[in-house]
Amino acid sequence: MQVMEKNKAAVIKKSNAITKTLADIKKYPQLYIMILPVIVFYILFSYRPMYGVLMAFQDFVPLKGIAGSDFVGFKHFITFFNDIYFGRILKNTVIISFASIIFCFPVPIIFALLLNEIKNKYIVKPVQTISYMPHFISMVVFCGIIRDFTKDTGIITQMLSKIGIETGTMLSKPSLFLPIYLISDIWKDAGWNAIIYMAALAGVDQQLYDAAKVDGAGRWHQLWHVTISSIMPTIVIMLIMRLGSVLNVGFEKILLLYNPGIYETSDVISTYVYRKGLQEFNYGYSTAVNLFNSVISFIMLIAANQISKKTTEYALW
Amino acid sequence: MKKSLSEKTAYVLIIFVLVIFTVATVYPIIHVVMASFSDGDLMMAHQGLLLRPLEFNVDAYKRVFENEMIMRGYLNTIIVVAATLILNFLLTSFAAYFLSRKYLYTANAVMFFIMVTMYFSGGTVPFYFAVKNLGLYNSLWSIILPASANAFNIIVLRTAFSSMPDSIEEAALVDGANHFTILFKIFIPLSKASLAVVMLYYLVAHWNSWFNAMIFLKDRELYPLQLVLRDILVENDTSNMTGGASMDTMQAVGETVKYAVIVVSTLPVMMIYPFLQKYFAKGAMVGAVKG
Repeated sequence: MQVMEKNKAAVIKKSNAITKTLADIKKYPQLYIMILPVIVFYILFSYRPMYGVLMAFQDFVPLKGIAGSDFVGFKHFITFFNDIYFGRILKNTVIISFASIIFCFPVPIIFALLLNEIKNKYIVKPVQTISYMPHFISMVVFCGIIRDFTKDTGIITQMLSKIGIETGTMLSKPSLFLPIYLISDIWKDAGWNAIIYMAALAGVDQQLYDAAKVDGAGRWHQLWHVTISSIMPTIVIMLIMRLGSVLNVGFEKILLLYNPGIYETSDVISTYVYRKGLQEFNYGYSTAVNLFNSVISFIMLIAANQISKKTTEYALW
Repeated sequence: MKKSLSEKTAYVLIIFVLVIFTVATVYPIIHVVMASFSDGDLMMAHQGLLLRPLEFNVDAYKRVFENEMIMRGYLNTIIVVAATLILNFLLTSFAAYFLSRKYLYTANAVMFFIMVTMYFSGGTVPFYFAVKNLGLYNSLWSIILPASANAFNIIVLRTAFSSMPDSIEEAALVDGANHFTILFKIFIPLSKASLAVVMLYYLVAHWNSWFNAMIFLKDRELYPLQLVLRDILVENDTSNMTGGASMDTMQAVGETVKYAVIVVSTLPVMMIYPFLQKYFAKGAMVGAVKG
């Protein structure tokens, strides 16, 4: 009886929402004409692919479509967990991702803090402008430059050989992939990623510094207790967002840099998904691997947010 | 207030670190530019840093501008970017205007509908079929239409529109203006800065994108610039650039042509961003708070 009441209430609520929406459309037709193409766009290019995720549970045949293909349950997931490359791509993804959190994530913060100490705008402005520059270079050109600088006669290879480190073509050495990936990442985006911290630093209340000085706080004390603690919320939020995309390593970049000779350290989940799906036409399997990736990412995002909420009081939601 | 000795040392140290950072950032770019104006044979034999062209000449640029594939790619990119930017402008302003009208019953639901796409996607394969099933395969529309709008940019512009006082809209409606007039004649002119940054983000993204083109375009005549570049820079295929040259000089010519093509393809974007730089911070803040 109670359940029925509840269902009834839900139905009424739902029909209420529809009536209210219709009334809204009648009242503001122009506004709804505006939003219509936006909704159509998202349905066609975002929601339809999401529905397409169903092919992870199918032996998908393009001609039959999703409605016509046979469902195979978790077959693809089981195959993936038993795949000889499962361990390798998972390990590479996690290593590349955590290494970039450890080595790349702090650089823009340090850069912003250093720049914040300089009050002369004739120094700050040009340094900032130059630091943004690599961000605007396309991924293809960027990887082209990396390849060129690290080939056997490239400038970086030459420099290293001058100080006694002979590497040859660096991108053919599995052990060098990670350092190349990390250092080039810092080069490309550290300046750009510092923007958010620069903005946060600009918002720090000057009175806090004055108060700290009155209390006899020295330079280091001010840096730690005023500056850094003021931008802590920004740092934590950026870190949570970073952890949420822990499995989404630079897919395009790796695709443009790696080669079969260094798959053992450079092949990651997303590149594997691409090869399986669009080069070997294992559609269902590839989608399953991608879905696994998304689910883990989502769990990581929620976990990071919860941990941060408990320990630092800052959270995304 | 007088600065102590240790503070002065710290200041010098900070400047020193920043100088190193800046030099490290700018050197690769200088290297590429200088190499593009250099002689191919000398480049091949050259060791160490490159701070000026080796026997200044513009042969590499001549080859770039004479190359049909690159010029074709350039044209394709311009067509795609122009078409996409028109769609971006319309859809982003429409969505931002709609979402900033707080009195709409569905505003929050639509906001949620759009934000979901920032966190969830179907992945490469389902996306590929969604586009292919629309009949867009091997046509420039396959790279134009899927890039029509972006949730992040919509949110940036919505924030700008939300800060407009309600009285503007009310007064305009009383005067008989409709919502399209309010959007295009009042809101957009008043949010030029935000709109400029959003359009720059779109422009850079479209100019530099290559992945969708790679999976959807089959005919080489349709290739945008970045895909042509991929063949030259990543697949190391400069053969169609060095036509007419003997085997010996082929490699040398290819060497400098690579650099020239980088400069030619990157210059347009590099020339625009410094003008909009002062607005970047605003966009980044909005993204972090709402994103």
